[in-house]
Amino acid sequence: MAYIIEHGLAPKITVENLNFYYGDKHVLKNISFKIPENKITALIGPSGCGKTTLLRCFNRMHDLYPGNRYEGKIILDGENILEPKYDLIKLRTRVGMVFQKPTAFPMSIFDNVAYGLRLKGIKNKSELEDRVEKALKDAALWDEVKDRLNAPASGLSGGQQQRLCIARAIAVEPEVLLFDEPTSALDPISTAKIEELVVSFRGKLTIVIVTHNMQQAARVSDFTAFMYLGELIEFNKTEEMFIKPKEKLTEDYLTGRFG
Amino acid sequence: MDAFKRRKLANAVVLLLSTAAALFGIMWLFWILGVLLYKGFSTLSLEVFLGNPPSPGDNTGGLKHAIVGQTLIVLTATIIGVPLGILAGTYLSEYGKNSKLANFIRDMSDVMMSVPSIVVGTFIYAILVKPVGHFMGFAGALSLAVMMIPIILRTTDDMLRMVPPELREAAYALGATKFKVIKDVVYRSAITGILTGVILAVARIGGETAPLLFTSFNNNFFTLDMTQPMASLTVTMYDYAMSPYEYWQKLAWAAAIILTFGVLGANILGRIMTQWKFKK
Repeated sequence: MAYIIEHGLAPKITVENLNFYYGDKHVLKNISFKIPENKITALIGPSGCGKTTLLRCFNRMHDLYPGNRYEGKIILDGENILEPKYDLIKLRTRVGMVFQKPTAFPMSIFDNVAYGLRLKGIKNKSELEDRVEKALKDAALWDEVKDRLNAPASGLSGGQQQRLCIARAIAVEPEVLLFDEPTSALDPISTAKIEELVVSFRGKLTIVIVTHNMQQAARVSDFTAFMYLGELIEFNKTEEMFIKPKEKLTEDYLTGRFG
Repeated sequence: MDAFKRRKLANAVVLLLSTAAALFGIMWLFWILGVLLYKGFSTLSLEVFLGNPPSPGDNTGGLKHAIVGQTLIVLTATIIGVPLGILAGTYLSEYGKNSKLANFIRDMSDVMMSVPSIVVGTFIYAILVKPVGHFMGFAGALSLAVMMIPIILRTTDDMLRMVPPELREAAYALGATKFKVIKDVVYRSAITGILTGVILAVARIGGETAPLLFTSFNNNFFTLDMTQPMASLTVTMYDYAMSPYEYWQKLAWAAAIILTFGVLGANILGRIMTQWKFKK
């Protein structure tokens, strides 16, 4: 009853029979699909369908809290990241994340972007400066902050802080970047800027973006996964899903019959 | 009288009663501060700050020993109490969370905060002063530190738990270890709150007399040696206020005003710092 497209593209992340439990609660049910490399994949579905839970499996964010359990496999470049021995610090430098609310650290703009680089052990001042500048340029924030890099990041607007978080995430040059509803706390103009950024990463990074804004999924993504009650109902090319969904449930959701 | 008028009347009566109750409450505070200023302010002089303790019958002398002793004791208590309190609070918020052990420690430190300070004094007397055989400044500092720890532990715990979990997650998502997350992100976010807690704790213990009576006691000779009995403002005030000599009683007023304004200043600093936190 689920439609999963065989896209034939090189997969960056392969999800195989993934089940996830919060304590006794079975939240993700037997999910299998392949996230293509250097494409933008959107996860959509009504509140509580498990899309954010699935996203947080990709960098094993759930490990921070007790009582969570994974079953199945998530294969990143041939290695199962759900292996208990898998190095989480290495994983999280390869798989970056941008959160729903801007999460600027209480430090200067420069130090925010340099934070991940310093964690990686980069101490050389000129290298740090170069990479911070590149990340801020790639996040389309450089022109707005270049004169006040040492000012506290808390002085930036919400939209600027979110772009700062994106700069911070891309500074460490991850292979995969996860977005968890990155624009739901932002105004329309800031939202448009973030969407432009996400699109600008197409072809350079593998992107997985959770959104409950269907138009956003349609605008930015190459592939879309529709989830409902913890199951993956349809995974398809975005154009095809939005024009002619294969599953009745997808169609009902996209046409606003429930949600 | 219609219902509307009755309600307005009831409103006025309740307002009057609660205002009267509030005024009655703060009246005492202003009374104490007023008398203290009236009696104490005129006694303040350079001699009070710099003079040695007076002999019976003298009309000169000051509180140098007590001021230095008080500073040393409170400073040592702070050096012992602050790191322990902050580390324990960090354990509760970041490691223990809502485990049984963490909640037990929280409850126990709430109990510790309401233990009469004289009990802390006698406790230190029993475990340190009695075995060693004489009073000492360090014992006073230790008893004050024991009183500081639960206060700092609880404020640190509360302040760290106010740091949004997303901020921690964002640091973990960049590949930070738990220690790095706490040091770089959690502490930085909560720093004003923690410092406020520390200052309020210092203000709270600064005015304690009972624990010092059993531990550091008093000393007529000047000493910086923490293993010897040591003068403090609170104990000196207690001794001088009870004495028959007029000049000694004057010095007790001076000690009271110095101590009160020291503690008041620390409190105000703490409040101002809380304001900064919320302006940010």
